[in-house]
Formats: sequence, C-alpha cells, structure tokens
Amino acid sequence: MCRHERATQPEIQFYRTESRRNGITMNTRGLRSQLKDSVPVAGMCPQGAYGVQDSLRSGFTSVKNELLPSHPLELSEKNFQLNQDKMNFSTLRNIQGLHAPLKLQMEYRAARQIQRLPFLQSSHLALDTLRGSDEAIGFEDILNDPAHSEMMGEPHMMVEYKLGLL
Amino acid sequence: MATLTVTRPPFGGFSFENSKRNAVLEGNASKMGFNLPPARKTGTTICGVVFKDGVVLGADTRATEGMVVADKNCSKIHYISPNIYCCGAGTAADTEMTTQIISSNLELHSLSTGRLPRVATANRMLKQMLFRYQGYIGAALVLGGVDCNGPHLYSIYPHGSTDKLPYVTMGSGSLAAMAVFEDRYKPDMEEEEAKQLVRDAIAAGIFNDLGSGSNIDLCVITKGKVDYIRPHDEANKKGVRTGDYKYKRGTTSVLSKVVTTLDLELVEESVQTMDTS
Repeated sequence: MCRHERATQPEIQFYRTESRRNGITMNTRGLRSQLKDSVPVAGMCPQGAYGVQDSLRSGFTSVKNELLPSHPLELSEKNFQLNQDKMNFSTLRNIQGLHAPLKLQMEYRAARQIQRLPFLQSSHLALDTLRGSDEAIGFEDILNDPAHSEMMGEPHMMVEYKLGLL
Repeated sequence: MATLTVTRPPFGGFSFENSKRNAVLEGNASKMGFNLPPARKTGTTICGVVFKDGVVLGADTRATEGMVVADKNCSKIHYISPNIYCCGAGTAADTEMTTQIISSNLELHSLSTGRLPRVATANRMLKQMLFRYQGYIGAALVLGGVDCNGPHLYSIYPHGSTDKLPYVTMGSGSLAAMAVFEDRYKPDMEEEEAKQLVRDAIAAGIFNDLGSGSNIDLCVITKGKVDYIRPHDEANKKGVRTGDYKYKRGTTSVLSKVVTTLDLELVEESVQTMDTS
C-alpha cells in the first residue's frame, strides 16, 4: 500500500507488470483500466467480476429499473460525447483515409492521461483544446459543475478502480 | 454520508436522477386529484419580417403560469450578438437559457474567427442543440439579424427544425399574427411600413389570444444599427379607478381646533443615497 503514497505527481503511476513475448514488453495492468473508460449501458453488461451483478457496490438490481432508462434522454446524453467522436472519426476516415483518425485518437489517448488522481478535479486542458470544447459553452459547464459538487468520491476506491485492482 | 463510492468521475450537465421519482410523484398527485404547478410559459405572439434594409422583430410582453399571468411586462426579445436578436416562445426558462448559451458560444466563435457572426451560424448552433435534446427543451424561436450577406430571418421549432422565410410568426397567437401578415405583406417594404405591419400583427395576437397581452415590443435591425423599442405600443393599459371611497374635504363641519407644538431637537442628520441603478 505504501506504493500509492509515493505517487506525488499528477500522472498516475501504472503498475509495471511486464510480460515478455518475443522480446516485446507490454504493460498489461494498465490495459484493464483503459477498458473501463467506455461508458457501460445500464443493465446490459453488469459491472463486477465474472459478469454477475455486484450487489456490494451497485446495490440491489431490478430488471425494471435497468431495462428502461428513467428518462428517454438519459442514455443518449450519457453517450453523447462518445457518439459524436465516433461519427467524426468515421467521417474523417472516409474523407482522408485511415491514418487521420488513428493519429487523432492517439493524441486523444495521450491527452486523456494528463490528469490528477481520480477523486481530484482535473482541468482536462489538453483534451479540451484537442476537442475544441475550450471555445464552446454547453450545459455541462453550467449545470452540475463537478468542481462544485458537494460530495467527494472515496479516494481509495477510485484509485483502485482506475488502476484495475478492484 | 460524507463520501460515496463512485467508480467514475462525476460529469456535468443534466442529471436524470430524480426523473423516476418525479414520475411517481406526478402519478400519485393526479390520482389524488390535484395538479403540480405548471412551468412558466410565455404563451405568446412573436413575429418577424424582412424589409428593404433589414429585419423587424416583434413580441408581446405577457408571461403566463397556467391560467394566471405571471409577468405583465416581460422581455421576449433576447440579445444574441450586436447584429442578431432572437424572440422566444415556449417555456420561459428554456428560451432564456438557450439564447444565453448560444449568445456566449457565438461570441467565442466570433472572437476566434475575428468576424461579425452570421445569422446562419446562430441558426445552426440553435438547431443542433435543440435536436440533441429531442424537443424536451421547449423553446420556439424567431431569429433575425443582418450580417455581411444581408438581412435573414429564421424560425426554429422546439424539436430542431428551422425555416428561412421572409415573414414568420410563432407562439399561441401565431395564427392571428400570420393572418395579418398574409394579408398585407409585400416584399421590399420601407421601415415605417414594416414596423406598422409587425405592430398590427402582434396586436392581432394580443386581442385574439388569451396567452398574449400587455404591450408590444419591437426590435429593428439594420446594417450597423439596432433599435430596441420597448415598449413600442401599450395596447393594453391597466385601467384607472373610477370610484373612490374617500370623503371630500368639508363633509364634516369643524367645531373647534386646538394646536399643540412638539419641541424636538435635531440630534444627527445623515444622508444615504438610494441605489437606483
């Protein structure tokens, strides 16, 4: 546990579990946490180990609650940014070829890693500049600004989730 | 509960946590027979017309909350940019926040391009935002302005469809106003003629529709000049009281008079100016 205390820089220190294969070392531990970045659809893939619902962390499940979203806009709003990006990348691929979206996605991935520990507020300045959302104001800047939220996430749980230890 | 276990960082924007609870509450309330208070709407007449040198936008000034008038003199013509103004009908909060957000975005955009913003840009931003929320943002807008390509007038519906036309009306009094436009509109009118036409259209909406009333506001936009006339015409003046319960002086005769002076000395005098800004 004392390994966490030494992480004083804003970047996250991934555990280096290196696997050697044909002389190529790969950081396997970080992969699992990157997979968790995609937004899951409620009910479709229950979060938790082995694909069973995780009553300890997400509470009791009821099929009615999870099959129908409480508001018709809820799902579309949760995945709005992802869908916009997908649409833009596929248009870019059709116009300029495969390399253009690949290069952009690489830059996005790099910019997304510049952040503080998960329970602290990070400015996402590089990511915003790449996306162009530093020159736009939307409802996500006015309503429910995470910087002003009253509750803080639990530091240990959030860091463990981010590192894929959970 | 000081902290809660979250696995994903919180993000801003609309939060749908309470929508299930609200649906249940509304169901229970209607079962017991009483209604929840309605949102404040601007059951309205708004219209716009393109004339020779620019655009005239007009609006009434009544805001209703169900069957009660919530605001007798509200301003429905919102500023978007120095050369673009927008009238809003529908839910009052939605139109105000939408126009403010688009105004901020347009300002950032024009700072980034270094040019005066175009009406088509504002139209595109508005329709993309309204379509994203699938009509749940109840804002029906009439957008007009003058840019480098001349005068433009758009009407934008809550679900995100837009029309580019020489004359448009929106709101609950739109049929009455459209009847006046269809009768008397001519292309390339003069400014006074256009102002009179819009004033008559809004007056038709005010007198024939319960949701519109009070005064008529006009906004004349030409190249380089904006005339925000509020109010242009007070169509419905609040009446003056005709009867009075006060008695005239001399109704009761004076029998005797005794005057006693009070000796007061001035201790301290201080002046506090009122904030009349």
